[in-house]
Amino acid sequence: MNNSSTDPLTRVRGAYSSASDSVRDRWSDAPGWARWLVYLILIVVALVLPADGIGNVMSPYTDWPTLLFFPIGGYILLAIGLNVVVGQAGLLDLGYVAFFAIGGYTMAVFGVKFGWSFWEILFAGVILSALSGIILGAPTLRLRGDYLAIVTLGFGEIVRITANNTDYIGGPNGIGGIPHPPTLTEWMIPENGFFDSLGLGGVSPFKYGALDGKPYYYLMLVLIVLAIIFVKRLENSRVGRAWASIREDEDAAELMGVPTFKFKLAAFAIGAAIGGATGVMYGSQAVSIIPTNFPFILSATILAAVVLGGSGNLPGVILGAFLVAWIPERIRGLAEYRILVFGGVLVLLMAFRPEGLLPSRRRKAELAEGTGGMGTMGAEIGGPVTVTAGEVKE
Amino acid sequence: MSLPLLRRRRTNLNNLFEQFWPYTIDGLSLGAIYALMALGYTMVYGVLRLINFAHSEIFMIGTFAVLGTLHLFGMPSNVSGFALIGLLIVLAVAGAVASGGSAVILEYVAYRPLRRHGASRLAALISAIGASLFLQQLFARVVIPAAFHLPKEKGALPIQGHFVQKSDAVHIGSFELSNDRLIVIVGAVLMMVLLDVFVERTKLGRGIRATAQDPETAVLMGVNIDRIVTATFAIGGAMAGVAAALYMLRFEETRYDVGFLLGIKAFTAAVLGGIGNLRGALVGGFLLGLFEMYGSAIFGSEWQNVVAFSVLVLVLMFRPTGILGESLQQARA
Repeated sequence: MNNSSTDPLTRVRGAYSSASDSVRDRWSDAPGWARWLVYLILIVVALVLPADGIGNVMSPYTDWPTLLFFPIGGYILLAIGLNVVVGQAGLLDLGYVAFFAIGGYTMAVFGVKFGWSFWEILFAGVILSALSGIILGAPTLRLRGDYLAIVTLGFGEIVRITANNTDYIGGPNGIGGIPHPPTLTEWMIPENGFFDSLGLGGVSPFKYGALDGKPYYYLMLVLIVLAIIFVKRLENSRVGRAWASIREDEDAAELMGVPTFKFKLAAFAIGAAIGGATGVMYGSQAVSIIPTNFPFILSATILAAVVLGGSGNLPGVILGAFLVAWIPERIRGLAEYRILVFGGVLVLLMAFRPEGLLPSRRRKAELAEGTGGMGTMGAEIGGPVTVTAGEVKE
Repeated sequence: MSLPLLRRRRTNLNNLFEQFWPYTIDGLSLGAIYALMALGYTMVYGVLRLINFAHSEIFMIGTFAVLGTLHLFGMPSNVSGFALIGLLIVLAVAGAVASGGSAVILEYVAYRPLRRHGASRLAALISAIGASLFLQQLFARVVIPAAFHLPKEKGALPIQGHFVQKSDAVHIGSFELSNDRLIVIVGAVLMMVLLDVFVERTKLGRGIRATAQDPETAVLMGVNIDRIVTATFAIGGAMAGVAAALYMLRFEETRYDVGFLLGIKAFTAAVLGGIGNLRGALVGGFLLGLFEMYGSAIFGSEWQNVVAFSVLVLVLMFRPTGILGESLQQARA
């Protein structure tokens, strides 16, 4: 249909593709100090991001720092976790929200009923959700592809309905009165001209109250940075290589001596742990949680974020999560039509750029080969195959 | 504290045995609707290896087409006898045309561009989820308020559509079978037989089977894949439209997200029977309906969905290719 090179859609796609490729190539050629400089700039940008001036542009309808904490920060952390499962190990998980819910309920139950503090619960929540990932994974990870997808979807629904039907955790009314994290220090950012102009003067970044969203955002930021470092280190380790081999060809990996089941289970547990941590964070700010906070559509949205950004590539995934969380809030002026627009945008973006906005080079190569971890659609009508294994022509 | 719980359990188990036939009939009529919807999933999956997530919205569109047709007939109530059969055929045709048509449009808009570029199945799944959200919201915010002259914020409320005079068709001892349940079960089996004959005996059906088995060879043998894919979506959609007519007969109300849970269950039924296997969809649908009703008899109706998904997990653990196995295509790696 759109195969002629003069057609505008193809040209736009080509232009975008070469632009994103050149950015990626420049990045991979950049010397170490340049990369650290970029990291530093990104951190500084993240620190001043809740400023009022930025908020007025980015989010005229809702409180910007709260928005930055959740959904934006929360979605980013969830997407980083889901990316381990979907992007790196190539396991399609449609019930990721279950781990988020388990984290949220851990915060609520231990905080309200046992009076634990946030930091203890964060630890417990990570352990518990990782355990539940193993419990879900152990019987189901022998399944492949879409079967795994539908089983995880079922698991997500089971967790939500069980929460809804269990009186001990409040049933459909959920749990209220969840404590905020304890204040670390009352220290305040000094109110001088510089910080005031950023809109950050007089903010106590370590005092977790009910009104100000900024401290929660900074806490989320710390978790996100830790998660990025952790996941990035994993990606370049033996574990990451094992995941890539499983994603590309599980049988070959098994034959080469990769204990595929163990590594798939590890991917599930790590993804679940990150999801659980997000849940604990969410619960600590939200004061009360109910089962309908954890609908299937959230799993779908996070998966959309991962694929939209470029499954398997961390910067892409973070960008995808940011867009997916931010766009519906930014177009709140369209009020009731925003989910409608969001759905349409997903369809268009997938037609425009199915490999995601910022795919990693390796993933792009896999997709061009037609393996792409999850494989291509059955009745695909491709031209004659000109790509030999291991190299990509563009 | 544990005593009342135990007592409740026991009475509930008695509950199942005392009301075995009502639960069985309910399970079968629910399963019939799952089975018809499962056909759409299983056919599309067989040909494209794609979970057509928006199939649940295709079904939803069918229910509203049925409602609209009822309005054209001036909302008859308490129809029975041959008039009911006649009306139901008209409604089923209306539902099938609307659902089949929208399934073809869906394929053209949301999947065909991706297919052209050989996109990953994951991207297609996201596109499907996007299309599903879009269609749901389109109905909740635009179509339903406009069609039923409702204020915009009420588009998400259920819409009633009662037209059948319910009566007992068969009544032997404790075995009662009401006419609506009977029609649902018979109608679903009938559609299933028709489809089976179509896929086994006609040229188009042979094309569908060939494409499902090996798309590349099918192309080399002169099968027009685009036509096959369109036909697959049209047939699967039409089956969902018939399911929508039967659903309206049985449950008499619909809303913009009526398809969501039903769709997940129908996909579960397809996997249960062996995905890609048309007869498997029938077996899977009926079994899932039965498991659900028996489960809700024993554990209480609030656990109905948990029972359904637990059954799925158990079946996949012990027989991952489903009960009848995958047959429309080769077994997947």
